[in-house]
Amino acid sequence: MNNSFIQINNISKHFVDVKAVDDVSFEIKEGEFFSLLGPSGCGKTTLLRLLAGFEYPTSGNLLIDGTDITALPPDKRPTNMVFQNYAIFPHLNVEKNIKFGLRKLGLSNDEIDKRVKDILTLVKLKGYEERFSNQLSGGQRQRVALARALVRQPKVLLLDEPLGALDKKLRDEMQLELRTLQKNIGITFIFVTHDQQEAISMSDRVAVMNDGKIQQLSAPNELYKNPENIFVSDFIGETNFLKAETKSSDGEFINVSIEELGEFKIKNNLNIPANSSDVVCTVRPESMMIDKEKSDWDICLDAKICQTSYLGEMTRFYVEAKGIDKIITVSSQYFNNQSFDNNECFISISLEDISILNKKKPVL
Amino acid sequence: MNEKNSTLLIYTLLYFGFLYVPVLFLPIFSFNDADYMSFPLAGFTTEHYEEMWSKRNLHKALWASIKVGVVASVVSTIIALFAAKAFARYKFRGNKISYGAIMMPFLIPEIILAVAILIIWVNLGFKLGLIPVTIGHTLFCTPFAMLILIARIEGFDFSLEEASRDLGENAWGTFFRVSFPLYFPGIIAALLLSFIISFDEFILAFFLTGSDATLPMYMWGQMRFVQRLPHVLALGAVIIVFTTFFVLLAFWLRNVGQEKAKKDIGIKL
Repeated sequence: MNNSFIQINNISKHFVDVKAVDDVSFEIKEGEFFSLLGPSGCGKTTLLRLLAGFEYPTSGNLLIDGTDITALPPDKRPTNMVFQNYAIFPHLNVEKNIKFGLRKLGLSNDEIDKRVKDILTLVKLKGYEERFSNQLSGGQRQRVALARALVRQPKVLLLDEPLGALDKKLRDEMQLELRTLQKNIGITFIFVTHDQQEAISMSDRVAVMNDGKIQQLSAPNELYKNPENIFVSDFIGETNFLKAETKSSDGEFINVSIEELGEFKIKNNLNIPANSSDVVCTVRPESMMIDKEKSDWDICLDAKICQTSYLGEMTRFYVEAKGIDKIITVSSQYFNNQSFDNNECFISISLEDISILNKKKPVL
Repeated sequence: MNEKNSTLLIYTLLYFGFLYVPVLFLPIFSFNDADYMSFPLAGFTTEHYEEMWSKRNLHKALWASIKVGVVASVVSTIIALFAAKAFARYKFRGNKISYGAIMMPFLIPEIILAVAILIIWVNLGFKLGLIPVTIGHTLFCTPFAMLILIARIEGFDFSLEEASRDLGENAWGTFFRVSFPLYFPGIIAALLLSFIISFDEFILAFFLTGSDATLPMYMWGQMRFVQRLPHVLALGAVIIVFTTFFVLLAFWLRNVGQEKAKKDIGIKL
C-alpha cells in the first residue's frame, strides 16, 4: 500500500479576496476512505474541485500515484466525481449516463457491456437501465452518479457531500453501503462533508478544515478523543470549555488552575507551555457524571439543573455548577428530567477526561 | 358577474379588438372579388391568390427574404448562444457593458441603425444588396435571440458540464453531448424568432437592398398600384398565418424546454 498515493503540496487557492485554500499540505494513502470535514466556506469543496481539475491552484502542486496532475484538465485526470446534486444528464437514460464516460477509454463493445452490467449489479440498479433521472428517487440518482463515476475505474473517487440531499434514514443506509462498497473495490475515496457524524462514522482518516487550513488530520477516534485545538474540539461532538491557567509543568503533566475549582495535575499531550493564560480546558458532556449522590471522583460539584432536553437514548442536562462560571452540558443515559427533586444534583468529573488546549489554534 | 369583472372584460375585448380586427380585414378582403378595400363585400373569389402565385417578382422577393432570414437567424443565434452562455455562466469584468452593447440595436431607432450601416457600407465602396441587409438583420436579431437563450441557459445546472469533463470529454465533446442537446429547445426558439423578425423587417431592407427586393419591400412597391393591391392582401394573409404559426411554435418550444428542464433537474427558470 502506497502511503503517499495522493500528495497535496503547499496548495493555495485564492479567489479575488478570499483565501479559499491556504497553503495546505498532506498525503492520502492508497485505498483509504478519506474525509474532508468542515463548516461551509471552510475550503473543503474548493480542495476537492482542485483535485478534480475544475479549479487550478494559485500555488502548490498535486500528485496522484506519482504523476503531477496540477495542470491537467479534468478529462485527463485519474479521478472521477460524484456531484452534490448528482448531475445526472437529464437527456440520457441510466444506461447512457453510465456509458457516457466509457467512450474515450477505447474499450471493446463487449468490455463496455460487461462493465455496465457489473456496475449496475454493484449499485443494485438492474432493471433501471431505461429510466431517466426524473423517474428516479434521490437514492437511485445517487447510485447512478456513483456507477457513472466508478465504471471508469478511477484511481480516486471524489464525493462532494453526496448524502446531503437524502433523508435521514436513507442517509444512514447509504453511509453503510458506501463504506462497504469502498472496502470491496479498494478505490481511494475522498469524501467532502460538513456532517461530523458522517465523517467520523465512515472514514479511515479525517482532515478537519476551517478558514482554508487543515485544523487536524487524524483517525476519527483520535479526532474525538484528542482534539488538537479549540476549533476541532468544538466542531467534533459537543464539548464544555472551562477557563484555565497553566502553572508549573513537569513534562508529561502540567498543573492547571481551572475556573474556581482549584489546581489540578493534567496530562499535557500537546506541550502546552507553563504559566500561560492562553489556554482552555475541555470536557465532553458524556464523560461527566450527573447523580443525586456525592461521588468520590476527582472533582465533584454541587449543581443545579436549569434545563433538560430528552433525546431518547439519553438526556442532556444544562446545569449551573458551583465554581464554574457558565452553564455546562452533561449528558446521561441513566437519568432523565424526572430523576431529580428541586433540580438539585452533583456533577462528577474525572481528571483524565479533561483536556487542555491552546486558545490560539495551532494548525497544520 | 360583478361590476369590476365586467369592466375588465370590456377592457380586454376592446384591447384585443383594436389589436386583431384590422389584421382580420386582410384575409377577408383577400377573398373579396373587387380591387378596392371597401364594404359591402362583392363576392368570394380565390383569384387574388392565383394572381399572387403567378408573380415572378414575388417569387424572387420571397426567395431573397428566405435567404436573408436563414443566414441572419443562424448567424445571430450562434453569436447569441456564445454571448448568452458567457453572461449566464461567468461573471467577468465589463459584463454589464457588453450586455448593454449587444442589446443596443434593440433600443436605438431602426432607421438610425439603417442609415448608419448604409453610410458605412457605401463609403467602404461596396454595392447595396442582400449582403448588407443580412448583416443588418443579424445585428438586429441577435439581442432577441440572446434574450431567449439567456432565459434557457440561466439556471442551467453547470455541474452537468463539469460532470462531462470529469467523465473524460473535452470542451467540444461536452458541448455536443451535453450542452447542445439541453439548450436545443432554446436554440430552435431563437432561430425561429430571429427568422420571423428578419422576414418581416422593412426599414433596414428599405435602405440597404438596392435592387434586390425582400418580400416586405416587394409588398411596399406593389402598394402604389391600385389594381395590384388585392394580391398583396392575399400575400399578407398568407404571411400572417405562417408568422403566427412560427411564433407560437417558438414559444411552445421554449416552454416545453423550460418545463422539461424544471422536471428533470429541478432548476428555477
